[in-house]
Order: sequence, then C-alpha cells, then structure tokens
Amino acid sequence: MSEEFKVEIVNPEKSFLVKDDVSEVVVPAFEGEMGILKDHISIISFLKPGIIKILSKSGDENYYVEDGIVEFKNNNLSILTSTIFNLADMDKSKQQDLLKQAEEEANKTDINDQSKYLADQKVEVLKTLN
Amino acid sequence: MASLDDLKKRIASVKSTQKITKAMKMVAAAKLRRAQESAEKGRPYSEKMNNVILNLSNGISDKENAPKLLSGTGQEKTHLCVVMTSDRGLCGGFNSNIIKKAKSYFAKILDEGKELKIITVGSKGNDQLKRVYGDKIIENISFKESKNANYFDADKVGKMVIEKFEAGEFDVCTIFYNQFKNVITQIPQAQQIIPLNNEGEDNSSEESYEFEPDEDEILSNLLPKNISTQIFKAMLENSASEQGSRMSAMDNATRNAGEMVDKLTIEYNRSRQAAITKELIEIISGAESL
Repeated sequence: MSEEFKVEIVNPEKSFLVKDDVSEVVVPAFEGEMGILKDHISIISFLKPGIIKILSKSGDENYYVEDGIVEFKNNNLSILTSTIFNLADMDKSKQQDLLKQAEEEANKTDINDQSKYLADQKVEVLKTLN
Repeated sequence: MASLDDLKKRIASVKSTQKITKAMKMVAAAKLRRAQESAEKGRPYSEKMNNVILNLSNGISDKENAPKLLSGTGQEKTHLCVVMTSDRGLCGGFNSNIIKKAKSYFAKILDEGKELKIITVGSKGNDQLKRVYGDKIIENISFKESKNANYFDADKVGKMVIEKFEAGEFDVCTIFYNQFKNVITQIPQAQQIIPLNNEGEDNSSEESYEFEPDEDEILSNLLPKNISTQIFKAMLENSASEQGSRMSAMDNATRNAGEMVDKLTIEYNRSRQAAITKELIEIISGAESL
C-alpha cells in the first residue's frame, strides 16, 4: 500500500484521468524517459512525444502524448498535456492519421529546429506502435 | 384607435416573436449547461499551469535574464488588446459590456500617449469597434465554423500573439472577456497575459524543485503554452457567459412579449365590444324612429 501514489492527467478540456493506486509512472521527459516512483524528489519537467506508462494494481495503461508538463510534488504527479490518447482505444486508422499529420509536419521546411525535432519524434514513436 | 384587423395582426406578430425568443431561450439553456460544464472542466488545467509557472518563476534566480514573456520587454510603449466577443447577437449586454470595458481601457492608453493595437476575436466585437478604432485593429479572427470553443482555435490565437511579440510588435498584451459567474451575472475582465502578472497570492511553499532541463528552458517552453491556455480559458468563460446572457435576455424578451400580447388582447376585446355596442345602438335607435 505504501508504495502507491496519485497521478492526475489534465488536458485543456477536462481532467483526463485520476488514479491514486499507481506504483510507477514512466514519462517521456524531454531529456529521456523518466520513471517516477513514490517519494521522488519534487520535480518539474516537460515531455516530448512518446508513451506514458502507468503501472498500477488495477492494471497497466499506456498513453500516447505529444507534449506536456509533468510536476511531481508530495507524491502527487500532475501531467498537463494538450494531446493525449489511450493506446487501448487507438485503432490502426487513428494511428495512421496521426502518423500522416506528423510526417507532414516533419517535412515542412519553414519550421525551426526544435519543432522539427519534435515532429521527427512523433513520427518515430508512432511508427514503433505499428 | 387602430382597427380590429390591425390589432389582430399585431397580436399574431408579437406571438410569433414570442415563440422565437422562447425557442432561443431553450436552446441557450441547453447550450449553457454544456458550456458551463466545459468551463468548469477546463479550470484545473489553467490553474495547474498557473501553479507550475508560479513555482518556476519563484525558482528563477536570475531575474534579469528571465524569458521576455515573463518579465516583459522592459518598456510599455505598445499595447496589444485581444478583445474576445461572440459571433452571434441577441445575447443582451454580453458584447457591449466587453466593448465598454475595452473602450475605457483604450481611452486610458491613448491618453497616456501609448500606441494601441487591437485583435478582435468574434465578429460582433469587430463590428462595434471598427467604427471608432478601425485603424487600430490589426487582426480579426472569428470561429464561426467551430461549434464549441476548442483548444485548437485558442492555440491559433495564442501562436499569433506570440509571433507578434517575438517580432517586437508590442510590449504588453491584455485580453478582454466576460467571466462567467452565474446566469445573470457576467463580469467583464481585462487580464494581462504578457508580461505575466505575478501579483497573485504567494502561496508557494519554500520547497525547492528539481528541474529537468533547467528553469529557463522549461519556462521558455511553458510560457507560450500558458498564453494559449489563458486564451482558451477566456474562450470557455466567454461561451458560457454568452449563453447565460442570451438565456436571460431571451427570457426577458419572452416575458415582455407576453405582457404585450395581454395588453393588445384587452385593447382588441374592448374595441370589439365597442363596435358591437355601437351597432346595437344604431339598430335600436333606427327601430325607435319608425
């Protein structure tokens, strides 16, 4: 019991997910994947496109995110993101749509290095889902 | 006095107007519930975002080199005002309240000899402002196609604001919208989003955060997102306010139409009665004279 903490995922429209029996969360932080366990030091970081893994007693869940901010404090993990999809609900066509969008974005020439990098990341992550 | 026929026509027309206003009220009530719900659901995001930024900006040691979106450009010469109104009318004082608030702010800025630029979101605001401040409006956006306020639209406005900021087109940015309090009360708000107003309650515990990557980088990533988030929040509040305002306006209109129908009906009955009486008198006096 004592190894569990609370996670809350919010997107602009609503509170996407609240869970309080989580044992570990792996987030795609900007400088690499980061696993968060209970009693982690307070941290603020932001996300790059990737998969959030939530491990809990009631089962594991995977979410695809494109961006976001994570804040961990007092065993409360808040994830703010504007684009998030539950992998369990994501079918092939949805995935293809996202991939196509990301590829278009990555192929644009008038974007700066950072957005280019992010778009490439998106493509990469989406491809591995296949 | 109007003839019987005229009165009848007027009653019919008021009644059909009443039907329309009543229907609009119902529609607004249904939409209001949805808009209110999404406004409430959207609050945690912007609150959390604010918290994180507050924590971050407190953690910044070197205030001099803080990102410009947070600390400002160091001068206050050009003001950008984003005036957010609705695309549809018939919603009571909703739009004029925002415009009134905005106009008094504009007057203050111009009095101080500063430069003013306006972006209008929603066509009603543009209609009302272009007469007086037409030359100040640099951009006019309207989301007539999208039914509900969505983050994508807000992001577009946010990106545009940031682009202009980075191009050095303005120093201070303020957004105008109606905050939804309840169905009858909407409070027009002027909120400064660039540079970020940090006067909010300082409830941050002295706890130190670990940052990955460093504060500056996170902040420069977060602040643009915050702009979009604040605009999105304003859009949500606005759409709830619009429906609330429309609902009470249409409720009033329906009631007024009802009163008018009653008054006209009395007048109609009275003149009908008078006509009958007149006819009777004519018949009787005609019979007596024989």
